[in-house]
Amino acid sequence: MQSLGELERTALEQLWDADEPLTPGALRDRLGTGDDRGLALTTVMTVLSRLEKKGFVARDRSTRPATYAPVHAREEYVAEVMHDALGTAGDRTEALARFVGRASADETAALRRLLGLD
Amino acid sequence: MILAAALLAVLAILLAWPVPLAVARSAWPDRAPGTALLLWQAIALAGVLSLIGSLLAAGLAPYGDHLLAALRAFASESVRGSLPPGTTALSGLALAAALLLGGHLVANLVLTVVRTERQRARHRSLLLMLSAPMPEAPRTRLLDAEAPIAYCLPGTARSLTVLSAGLVDLLSDQEVQGVVEHERAHLRQHHALVLVAFRAWRIALPWFPVASRAQDAVGLLTEMLADDEARTKVPDPVLARAITAVASGGGVLGEPGADQPAADPSSVERRVRRLVHPAPVPGYVRVLVPLAAIALVVVPPVLLAAPAFTG
Repeated sequence: MQSLGELERTALEQLWDADEPLTPGALRDRLGTGDDRGLALTTVMTVLSRLEKKGFVARDRSTRPATYAPVHAREEYVAEVMHDALGTAGDRTEALARFVGRASADETAALRRLLGLD
Repeated sequence: MILAAALLAVLAILLAWPVPLAVARSAWPDRAPGTALLLWQAIALAGVLSLIGSLLAAGLAPYGDHLLAALRAFASESVRGSLPPGTTALSGLALAAALLLGGHLVANLVLTVVRTERQRARHRSLLLMLSAPMPEAPRTRLLDAEAPIAYCLPGTARSLTVLSAGLVDLLSDQEVQGVVEHERAHLRQHHALVLVAFRAWRIALPWFPVASRAQDAVGLLTEMLADDEARTKVPDPVLARAITAVASGGGVLGEPGADQPAADPSSVERRVRRLVHPAPVPGYVRVLVPLAAIALVVVPPVLLAAPAFTG
């Protein structure tokens, strides 16, 4: 059994992969192919409401049963995370501690000389 | 009090310009990053204390001979709504400046902490949706990205270390271990707390060149401290190779562009150089610098309270 957090991640991945909004039942069927065969519908509902609360998915109440779709494409979130991680987000990058910043070609050459690699 | 105010003003000026410049230019901090970090914290704290203390002493001089008596007199006179003899526009101005500066610094620290926490929470929430846990390493996430990236995301309850797939491909197992140990050391030594304080200081005092110089220096020193922790687990050349490989982007990324600030040219080189050519810490640094750091922090309160300077 996966943790709730991991379940949220796999559920969101399924919603990203699907071409159309999914009902909780359809999502359960897509999730039920791995180790989580027989996931309870209430669990799927819990996961969806948590994702909705975090702003990752939106619920369409006009259909019955309601359907769920991702608010943004995966690529948009990836871009935001990479922005922070690569140091292109300006001041926001200071919120995390990067292993090392990016060096220019000249500097890389100097580093390699220092290491005796060239 | 006027003498104390003058002495504190001199100290504030020394700490705002010549002292940080001398520390930033000396060679020993790379060999003793922990001691240097202590000194920078003392410089920042003593600088703020002496600046505010100087203004406070000048502003409260009409009220009494030393700080506590003057503060008591200030409280009672304020309640009565009267001013003591000797109050001038200048002393009033100094008092107002002390209160404004103190309030400004405290407000900025609170705002910066809140903003940093919000940015971390946002990043963490996205990261948990985009990265998979690494089963072999607790609290470590694998991000599916080509660029070699490693960083840690500090958090009060749940801190995370993040590695990209590109990094794991680029580095050997031992080099990856060095990177992970480096990031864990940041989390273990709570570097985020020191960094957020210096970040707040820089944001609060944008017209103060020493604040951004201090932030850069402290950032580099925490990297060296984390490197030193990683060195206890992996050999120096392994760590040096890992730093060089990640800094050069593993050939996946192009040159740092206009939108991507390059690392301070000397900072990566300084980290690698001390791994390749380790040098012993000079004896005077080990003894004198910690003493100087303590003295710096003790002097401003003593100047404000000691009767000898309150004539």
